[in-house]
Amino acid sequence: MSTAPKVVVFDYGFGNIRSAERALAHVGADVEITRDYDKAMAADGLLVPGVGAFAACMQGLREARGDWIVGRRLSGGRPVMGICVGMQILFGRGIEHGVEAEGLDEWPGTVEPLRAPVVPHMGWNTVEAPDDSRLFDGVDKGERFYFVHSYAVRTWELEVANPAMPAPKVAWTTHGEPFVAAVENGPLWATQFHPEKSGDAGARLLRNWLDTL
Amino acid sequence: MTLAVRVIPCLDVDNGRVVKGVNFQNLRDAGDPVEMAKIYGEEGADELTFLDITASSGNRETTYDVVRRTAEQVFIPLTVGGGVRTTEDVDKLLRAGADKVGVNTAAIARPELIREIAERFGSQVLVLSVDARRCAPAADGGPAAVTASGYEVTTHGGRRGTGIDAVEWAHRAAELGAGEILLNSMDADGTKDGYDTPMIEAVRKHVSVPVIASGGAGTLAHFPPAVAAGADAVLAASVFHFGDLRISQVKDELRAAGHPVR
Repeated sequence: MSTAPKVVVFDYGFGNIRSAERALAHVGADVEITRDYDKAMAADGLLVPGVGAFAACMQGLREARGDWIVGRRLSGGRPVMGICVGMQILFGRGIEHGVEAEGLDEWPGTVEPLRAPVVPHMGWNTVEAPDDSRLFDGVDKGERFYFVHSYAVRTWELEVANPAMPAPKVAWTTHGEPFVAAVENGPLWATQFHPEKSGDAGARLLRNWLDTL
Repeated sequence: MTLAVRVIPCLDVDNGRVVKGVNFQNLRDAGDPVEMAKIYGEEGADELTFLDITASSGNRETTYDVVRRTAEQVFIPLTVGGGVRTTEDVDKLLRAGADKVGVNTAAIARPELIREIAERFGSQVLVLSVDARRCAPAADGGPAAVTASGYEVTTHGGRRGTGIDAVEWAHRAAELGAGEILLNSMDADGTKDGYDTPMIEAVRKHVSVPVIASGGAGTLAHFPPAVAAGADAVLAASVFHFGDLRISQVKDELRAAGHPVR
């Protein structure tokens, strides 16, 4: 395993970081949980978990200089993956309990309360991914992934005008209404669901990400 | 695309060992919760629930160890309940690898605990367990409790009534920040006569967070009515442990009744 990709799970106080660590190690990554700036910058891949409130996560991320680290890594084309609220904070802003907070704004869009009869959206749901998705490569169409969230992004607003740039690949799920379930955009990938808790299907996704590192 | 109905086996764990009979072939150690969790994971369980019934709080370390070892090997959500009294208890379980934590008696004694946990860790980690029964005269011949819904919250495994309306309590808990309600019928529990579907319906009407039905599962035919009554997930213990029913059979039954499953 000398060629195992080095992944840092960013430890900024939010997210079930142990689950992410174990699942990544399970599929062959050399994982470290840390908020150390140099290590987070140097890793082959940076995983940003996140649970709880959008505004609290953003505050924690800033205090750990995570906003800076994510931005620097992306400008150098170095892979970053966000999970759950770790995906939501990549968008422009989040509105929870009527409170608006700024996100990292890597992608335009707003994280808003999910409109469905039963919330949180908790459990296993299917995902509609583009056929050429690398994240979902080898995953059967009807496969289900584990979601736990009450907020979501309903519209994908980023248009890539330059034909030389690869278009972002966006996957969707519906619970009450359609929302963004996963994104692949250059070095920045993210999922609203929890691959680390999605059994074999989730392991396949994490392995697909590791293969790009 | 529709959310799948979750099928959840529940293991009672005492001092790090599974209690209640377990009748599984090819288990190296039928009393080891980690082994059991792995088997259930492979059989298609959508989540796992551990109910820690360890009497002595001094032995909680054993529980954390079990949770830790389970989370290392099983990559589906794990809920741990039993004896959770403070946000520190929640923190320890989450750090050990639990994804959700079940709270019961401590929240009845002090409902603010729900808000404290939700504010610190998010609603998604908090499963409120409600042990409820139909209002009836007490076993000792005492007067019957009266609640608006006709269902009462109990403690001590159903032996003591609280006089609290179970439906109102579930509603209030969700407002305080519970992300999910585990509704356990103390009347149906252990009977294998089926879930208490009127109670599930009553709670579903007043609560918009997910509801897990628990208590009474005995045959495959018992599962679809619980979902039809409004349950988002079905939990069972002994029918799985004794090998009477397999997770896959329950899912086939639900699928045949038109309910989506994984």
